[in-house]
Amino acid sequence: MLQIKKLQAGIEDKRILKGIDLSVNAGEVHAIMGPNGSGKSTLASVLAGRDGYDVTGGEAIYNGSDLLDLAPEERAREGVFIAFQYPVEIPGVNSAYFLRSAVNAVRTHRGEAELDAMSFLKAVKEKMKELGLSEEFLKRPVNAGFSGGEKKRNEILQMAMLNPRLAVLDETDSGLDIDALRIVADGVNRLRGRDNAQVVITHYQRLLDYIVPDFVHVLHDGRIIKSGDKSLAIELEEKGYDWLAKEAA
Amino acid sequence: MSQAAATDPAATPVEAFAAMEQNGAALMPLRKAGLARFSESGYPSLNDEDWRFTNLKPLTELPFCPVTAPLGQAPGPEQLDSLTFGRLDADRLVFVDGHFNADLSQIADQPSGVTVSNLGRFEGELGSLSGGDDNPFVALNDAFFTDGALIQIGDGQRLAKPVQLLFVTTANAEGEAAHIRNWITAGANSHGTIIESHLSLGQAATVTNVVTETRVGDGANVEHIKFQDQSARAFHLASLHSELGRDARYAFHSIALGSRLSRNNLRMRLAGPGIECVLNGLTMTRGQQLADHHMIVDHAAPHCDSHEYFNGILDGQSRGVFHGRILVRPGAQKTDAKQTNKNLILSDDATANTKPQLEIYADDVKCTHGATIGEMDDDAIFYLRARGLDACTARRMLMHGFVGEIVERIRHDAVREELDALVWNRLETEHQLD
Repeated sequence: MLQIKKLQAGIEDKRILKGIDLSVNAGEVHAIMGPNGSGKSTLASVLAGRDGYDVTGGEAIYNGSDLLDLAPEERAREGVFIAFQYPVEIPGVNSAYFLRSAVNAVRTHRGEAELDAMSFLKAVKEKMKELGLSEEFLKRPVNAGFSGGEKKRNEILQMAMLNPRLAVLDETDSGLDIDALRIVADGVNRLRGRDNAQVVITHYQRLLDYIVPDFVHVLHDGRIIKSGDKSLAIELEEKGYDWLAKEAA
Repeated sequence: MSQAAATDPAATPVEAFAAMEQNGAALMPLRKAGLARFSESGYPSLNDEDWRFTNLKPLTELPFCPVTAPLGQAPGPEQLDSLTFGRLDADRLVFVDGHFNADLSQIADQPSGVTVSNLGRFEGELGSLSGGDDNPFVALNDAFFTDGALIQIGDGQRLAKPVQLLFVTTANAEGEAAHIRNWITAGANSHGTIIESHLSLGQAATVTNVVTETRVGDGANVEHIKFQDQSARAFHLASLHSELGRDARYAFHSIALGSRLSRNNLRMRLAGPGIECVLNGLTMTRGQQLADHHMIVDHAAPHCDSHEYFNGILDGQSRGVFHGRILVRPGAQKTDAKQTNKNLILSDDATANTKPQLEIYADDVKCTHGATIGEMDDDAIFYLRARGLDACTARRMLMHGFVGEIVERIRHDAVREELDALVWNRLETEHQLD
């Protein structure tokens, strides 16, 4: 589904990603772990198409076409979803209005009929219940005044409604207490299927107790220095990242 | 009906004042004092700190001709119905060029203990709330005001319907000025919604100068929505003086869309503890327009909250001016005062001047202010695009949000909904969103 080859990127003159290789197939869950500053969030930003990041080499092929050539909205419509580490507050924009517009933009692109207000409400309320979000949420402006946990759950709600083929979760676990973590993980697990894939970016192993990955990759200084199965995450939890960094050097 | 005084462009304020002599002896001391103050001060200039950013030259160059008697031209009822808020379920007082028009007005059954009428020759405590203000336009209004609304809600009473004050100008001659005076009293624990709109039916460079004094009693709850959508050549000057009593809830919304130049002076005095006062404003300007809000929120008692939210969208060569002064007097402990002014600039030639000012003489208070001037938030645009919305839709959504933030604070459902549709339509048709 996604083949990242020798991807290099940075901000202004600063090189951050120095040659990432990663292959994600449908049905798989990949975890990308690494210490602060290793390039985890840069990878998510580059995949999302955020302004200010320069891709200086390599490619990211998504379902046969170059993802990096697409505008952010085209990526979303093609089924790529990034759950952001810091979701933006948008005062004045009603959550229900925003989410329905987004869902319909994606549906139109897929050649599906737009959801009318009634069917949208029915679908969204069901998902909200699963995520433990009060219906009040829909009346509030997008993320405005939300707590950290509410913002993260709102990301998962958007993901559930947009039903992406490839979901990238950028430190979705940061700032969550254990109950919220479980709710978020359940939301992600519910989405797992043969036709889609998830990339979970995290600093800590604890999220992987709930979202069990098929593959674990360690990112260090802009490169993936080790890949393995879920036991690698447990090893990292016990031994930290330093031994790997030394091994790589 | 003397039309000569209304249309004689050669008049100076002193000459024009002759026409006011017949308007009731009881008000003459107020009028004469106003004339004297104005003769002394003249119009404000850019050298006045309070008028630094608002150049009144185009106004002061106009002939001085207060419309002291009705001009004899009035819109038909159907025309009024077609105006913004023309079909609200409300009692309606209509003023044409500053003169009450009984035929067009409609007052249904308000409870006894409620007065909704033309101010006429009511003297009451007129000037008692605005008297301390050295604004020359208040002085001019004292001297020349003709009609305006009188709303008195007795203790514990509730307006059976919102009261709509519709001020229209029909004047065709440059400089014709309507001086309007409103007096509002909301007794203890009373409730009421007031919708004030100012609209032009002509295109001339006319002047509206409105002074409103509002006394809000203990525990009263008043929502006042002011909608100014006059012609692009009009001048609009407004001065609101509100005194709020203990535990009062007061929300004043100022929606300023029209006029070449509009200035709203808002003077709030929080006189008792436990007050919640919200000032909420939206301006949308383009071309050569200037929209100015100048406010003083005077916390004279402890445990009061005041919130000011003003958003402006500026296009063309227009200018937005915001001056917000929060004064916390000694003893006004536990004051919670917040102020925000956000400006969205759509063109390279538009200007926003914002001046927050905190003056605090108590030590246990929370006062915050924030102002932004800029383009749309790139992070927010990106966030919306990352969810599948194209850049153009994302920008529209943010713009809608920017105005929506203000509009959604209006509690009166019908007004809020009509205004929401109106500002959105205005944005789509008159501003370049792409």
